[in-house]
Amino acid sequence: MVQYSQVHFDASFGALSDPTRRGVLEQLGRADASITALAERFHMTLTGMRKHVGVLEQAGLVRTEKVGRVRTCKLGLRGLEAEAAWIERYRQLWGARFDELDHVVEELTRKERVDERKKRK
Amino acid sequence: MNERSESDATPAKNPTTVERKSERELVVTRTVNGPARLVFEAWTKADLFRRWWVPQSFGLTLLSCDMDVRVGGQYRLVFRHEESTMAFFGTYLEVIPHSRLVWTNEEGDGGNTVTTVTFEEHAGKTLLVVHDLYPSAEAMDSGSAGALPETLDQLDELLVSLGSSVPS
Repeated sequence: MVQYSQVHFDASFGALSDPTRRGVLEQLGRADASITALAERFHMTLTGMRKHVGVLEQAGLVRTEKVGRVRTCKLGLRGLEAEAAWIERYRQLWGARFDELDHVVEELTRKERVDERKKRK
Repeated sequence: MNERSESDATPAKNPTTVERKSERELVVTRTVNGPARLVFEAWTKADLFRRWWVPQSFGLTLLSCDMDVRVGGQYRLVFRHEESTMAFFGTYLEVIPHSRLVWTNEEGDGGNTVTTVTFEEHAGKTLLVVHDLYPSAEAMDSGSAGALPETLDQLDELLVSLGSSVPS
């Protein structure tokens, strides 16, 4: 199943084909980071990382804020939407699953009560 | 403690929460109205498990479900999705009746995902905590072991729309 989804995921990421940019988005989904920290994490020069961040920023996936001498990168609105949507889909999947589990447990509970009543008679 | 208002006439469903705990961990929590021993039964008996694990809205058909619930025992679920079949399989690592289940999910290439489920009973209800530990951040981001194709298709659409405006 993992393999199946991998194919789809990679295809849809065609536009975001650069692995570093994908990595930066994933990284920012976990925590904000400075350009310097990102450059180190992805073993690149500051200039190289600035370019990647610029591309992501233009797409609204990332936004940056300069505080003092440090430029901090965060997920942009669209980046946050993607993150939230990902979690929401997962929540829906489990929600639907648990709703069905409720029915099964309700039935087991009812059955147990009936069995107990029978025993008492 | 209940954050939601619930009317007596139509008992609301208990909320499901999902938390991304770290780059490799996802935690799902949900309370089920029933004692832990019955909830545990629904997780460990194949004929019960198959009734809820793949809800009808998923558009998948569960072809078979085999579960040998004991430490070292295996499970294997086979689904049909459109023209193909997919298997979901692994090994039980811990089985503590009415309280804890741990299993691996072994169909991925990049290592096994480990799922831990705990059952905590409070006043006749059971708090379920499902903890997935992925082999890598990439494995988690590219589709969970529990995620199903149609869900991922929706995500694809979203990513395509997000990616379309990115200059290459």
